Amino acid sequence: MIKVITGNEAAAYGALLSQPEVVCAYPITPQSQIPEKISEFYAQGLLKGKFINVESEMAALGYVTGASLCGVRVFTATSSQGLAWMHEGLHWAAGARLPIVMANVNRPFGAPWNLTCDHIDSLAQRDTGWMQFYCESNQEILDTIIQAYRIAEQVSLPAMVCLDGVYLSYLSESVNIPDQAKVDEYLPPYDPQFEIPGGTWKLVDIHPPMKGGYDLFSPTGFMGDRYELHKLESRCLETVVKADKEFYELFGRSYPPVEEYKCDDADVVVVCVGSAVGTCRHVINSLRNRGQKVGLVKMKMFRPFPKDLVRKVLLGRRKVVIIERDLSPGQCGIFFQEIKWALNIDYKFTPVYGFVSGLGGADITATLIEKAILYTIEQELPEQEVIWLGLEEKKISDDYDRNAIKIH
Amino acid sequence: MTTTEMPLRYTKEEYIQPPHGFCPGCSIPSALRWFLKVVGDKVILLMPPGCASPSVLFPKRSLIYQGRYIKVVATPFGSAAIFAGGLKSALIARGDTETQVVAWAGDGATFDIGLAGVSGAAERNDDIIYVCYDNEAYQNTGNQRSSATPWGGTTTTNPLPNPKMEHKKDIMSIIAAHRIPYAATLSTAYPDDFMRKVQKAKGISGFRFLHILTPCPAGWRFPLELGVKVARLAVETKVFPLFEVEYGDTITIAKEPKGLPIEEYLRVQGRYRHLAQEQINVLQSEVNKRWDRLQYLAKYSLGKGCFV
Repeated sequence: MIKVITGNEAAAYGALLSQPEVVCAYPITPQSQIPEKISEFYAQGLLKGKFINVESEMAALGYVTGASLCGVRVFTATSSQGLAWMHEGLHWAAGARLPIVMANVNRPFGAPWNLTCDHIDSLAQRDTGWMQFYCESNQEILDTIIQAYRIAEQVSLPAMVCLDGVYLSYLSESVNIPDQAKVDEYLPPYDPQFEIPGGTWKLVDIHPPMKGGYDLFSPTGFMGDRYELHKLESRCLETVVKADKEFYELFGRSYPPVEEYKCDDADVVVVCVGSAVGTCRHVINSLRNRGQKVGLVKMKMFRPFPKDLVRKVLLGRRKVVIIERDLSPGQCGIFFQEIKWALNIDYKFTPVYGFVSGLGGADITATLIEKAILYTIEQELPEQEVIWLGLEEKKISDDYDRNAIKIH
Repeated sequence: MTTTEMPLRYTKEEYIQPPHGFCPGCSIPSALRWFLKVVGDKVILLMPPGCASPSVLFPKRSLIYQGRYIKVVATPFGSAAIFAGGLKSALIARGDTETQVVAWAGDGATFDIGLAGVSGAAERNDDIIYVCYDNEAYQNTGNQRSSATPWGGTTTTNPLPNPKMEHKKDIMSIIAAHRIPYAATLSTAYPDDFMRKVQKAKGISGFRFLHILTPCPAGWRFPLELGVKVARLAVETKVFPLFEVEYGDTITIAKEPKGLPIEEYLRVQGRYRHLAQEQINVLQSEVNKRWDRLQYLAKYSLGKGCFV
């Protein structure tokens, strides 16, 4: 069935088709349509599980964590400040190996207040142990949530499906909503009695300090547990690739963790995340028509970081351009850090140009992307870690202002 | 109020197997022991950080019944009630209506950091038993002030000459205002009354709140062997009256206190040693006020309220 729906509604349909038994969420702009839509499904009797309104995001995650401890499938959704309010629980859920799936609608933190898209909220949770997937379109949101359940339940780790605030959450697109029977074939009912590295999954009694000899405060016990967690994360990628392959076989749509677009003979490769990827595709086509050998890489998966795939596609390119909607103040863009690290593992030098753009929902236009690519082609080597793309005019008052590279 | 209640039933077997990690003279093990003897082994305990969770998990797990561990989840600090609600939902989804889901939290986790979660669970009337063991400060971290610390009391974050200048938060009134099916205060000095209330709570569905005063020899600074005596004096001086609240508006005073002067309770505890007579009078008048209000509410109780 094809329907014209918003990104938020696509997330709600993705959750509905995955048939969670407990759903819990707290409203926040620009996510509120997700709990609204799911509670509508619940009121209509379409959602067989239970929808519960709670008093905060901490409670939303806590409630589904409690339920997940009992081995039932759960769903929650949040954004920005709400995700930060969950931060403690994010670590806990990953540490307890709970396959919770959450939709996060990307929006920055205040102050100053902003309600539009920025990826800093989920990127700031990068060390929590949650898997993170970023979406380009509404169809991808729906499909990724279904895939995320399959992956999360197979590797027993929580997964965050990120969608751009406003740009996707409020955008209406035509979305193919798959049949329940087909989804059921892809995603069997959750049966948590399975082996995980280090033992058998036991209901309730799985909080890590309680396994491994119940050494609640022992540093060696804790370190051993982190070793296991890291091992689990390191083994995720093959599950993700397999889940996507099987999804493609059933539904005819595929979302590789690192997607290549016209990269085969490309000298310059652009890396982009989220809804801006669509604009990038357009720019790549237009530059190709003008004879430039440019390609595009879409970072679908951010955690665990698919370093081998990133290296496979980017290593040895003449230049790499990263256009991202986030900034670690005083350092640089977060994707820039991670990709640069991946490319430097064996000390081979690939020039990486990091463009920070579209913060707080500023538009990343085709013109800006094209300017960034052309700037990169002209420059011999990257001069600074942050190149400001689309920054409003600033008064020059000190050395930083004079030296910062700004492209309007 | 006279009700036809079931005769008290509890197991003679023990749930706490040494070694456990509680301090010598602590009142919490008695509370846990009597609670579990009545509730039984079909139970899941959710324990936020506090005195109880490390003490039953370290140096080894000490809550064991007939060779099997009692299920304990060590939750984040403010999340015990929340986790409990979610866990209960999941059990119901899987057809288990028998297992009692219990949040076992200290005063810090209840009065302070977890209050929003407790209020949320109470408002939703989640089918859980919430137990607050109240030792009137963050005793697990070494006796820092909580909003359960009484006026005039010293803690490590209210050292002399700056004892606490705010009265203890009236948590029972806050909880009662949610009009939950059952809330009660329990004392470790009165096992019969304690277990009767636990049994009553067990027989009710919905959100049940048990507030237990657990005197702490380390933080309150009294000799190790006086835990029961201090608990009894708290009741007899009306500092901690034993009462029950049903549906927010049926209040029953479970035990008429002797009304001993508050000095008798204060003078056995080092945390109040600095109090001058006029300061003792301040505490006495606060206790009297709260007691008068409680008596008034008990007298003019309305009967069962909104959940019936």
